[in-house]
Amino acid sequence: MSALKYVLMFVDTEQYAADLAAMDDAERERAYARVRQWFADNADKITSHAHLMPAHTATTVRLDGGEPVITDGPFVESKEVVSGFAEIDVADLDAALRMVKAWPACPVVEIRPTTG
Amino acid sequence: MNPQAAVEVELARVVREHAGRLAASLVSLIGDFTTAEDLVQDAVEAALEHWPREGIPSNPDGWLYTVARRRGLDVLRRNARYREKLALAAWPPQSPQDDRLRLIFTCCHPALPRTAQIALTLRVVCGLTTAQIAKAFLIPESTVAQRITRAKRKIADAGIPYRIPDADELGPRLAKVLTVVYLLFNEGYLSSGGERAESRDLAEDADFLATMLGTLMPTEPEVLGLLALIRLHRARAASRFTPSGEIIQLPDQDRTLWDHAAIGDATALIAKAAGFKRPGPYQLQAAILAVHAEARTFEETDWEQIFLLYTMLDGIAPSPVVKLHRAIALRYVSGAREALSEVDKLSDALHGYHLWHATRAELLRDLGSFDKARAADRRALRLTANPAEQSLLRQRINWA
Repeated sequence: MSALKYVLMFVDTEQYAADLAAMDDAERERAYARVRQWFADNADKITSHAHLMPAHTATTVRLDGGEPVITDGPFVESKEVVSGFAEIDVADLDAALRMVKAWPACPVVEIRPTTG
Repeated sequence: MNPQAAVEVELARVVREHAGRLAASLVSLIGDFTTAEDLVQDAVEAALEHWPREGIPSNPDGWLYTVARRRGLDVLRRNARYREKLALAAWPPQSPQDDRLRLIFTCCHPALPRTAQIALTLRVVCGLTTAQIAKAFLIPESTVAQRITRAKRKIADAGIPYRIPDADELGPRLAKVLTVVYLLFNEGYLSSGGERAESRDLAEDADFLATMLGTLMPTEPEVLGLLALIRLHRARAASRFTPSGEIIQLPDQDRTLWDHAAIGDATALIAKAAGFKRPGPYQLQAAILAVHAEARTFEETDWEQIFLLYTMLDGIAPSPVVKLHRAIALRYVSGAREALSEVDKLSDALHGYHLWHATRAELLRDLGSFDKARAADRRALRLTANPAEQSLLRQRINWA
């Protein structure tokens, strides 16, 4: 079976950010360790990944109105913001779902196949 | 049944028996779900056109296969890989194993919306046409077509696999499949006696799917439970309505009209399921129906057993509707006053549900509060669109 490529979009919620902020250093370190472990467990399937800086660092450019319009913030104002990406190479959607069900951090993950 | 309807029922039966097998064989042959599905649909459409005129062929599966293959060689001209495989293939397929399980797990994949799961299952596994699905659900044909097109595109583009889930995934995935079958059954069963009587009987399709699952997964107790549940409902179908389509409530049903052989078979299924010692919601609901079915008269109903089963069901799958039914059983165990106090606790969750008001009405009537009972029946009447239920409630408001 030929492998398929998907991008996992990790999505943070306000509640998750608050929970993380409320942790003490040791707890937070354990949370990060679980994430590192997940990446290590799935190293053979992950082709690249990136963690994003918080949403307040985002800048959006709109090109659909003649002159480009540059605004502060993410393209859609939402309580849920994309906080990272991972590109994976797996057999099918079930394999991607299996990986994502074991994801130990932010509470929402979108799975999207890539073209080609 | 008029001759035209009899022909349609027979056509549906034959198509149902063969369409899923053909789809499964074609998917494993050419390795592509959506292409195989198209070919089967073409063949089914052709059968519905030819068979009523020419008669059902003696080997309907071979007939369907020949049409699908001829059409496939035509449309797959550009895809040499599929074409070669199809050109070399013969019917019956070389691997006689029944692949319809893989088919239904793909159709009911949780990455597809529920409406698409239902439409795809009916089309791919039961061989319904888009037009038949639209008619059965009273929705426009274009809506069904769009759901199916989108679902097939998602299966192909998102990489939804064509296989039975691994053991550690099987439980939750099977639950999705059973939900689809159960929803189909409800749609078919509850609408019977109405304007849909002449369209495709979805209860029949649900029975077929549950039977198929029971054969292919004989050690899954919830599959057996759902099959028993469907069979028990259908065994009582003849006594549920008057000839003019009015509801006959359980106490007033003529129990000699029940299919007692079918009830016996379903009870045996429940016993077999119970042997696996993995109780679940379908097994418990079937057991409740079985208790009703085994009582020779309404007065002989073992309400304590029913109350106990609803208590277990509420433990496994808690819901306000289950609690409502548990309270109805309590009426016959401990009396209307205690039942009413349980029913009133469900006000927040169920005040928009007509059966909650109708149940309150019955209990209030038991307790002699006739004005309050009529008011509750009036609320129930405003909340249901089902003509048979409306007529029953109107009678009660006027006469009781």
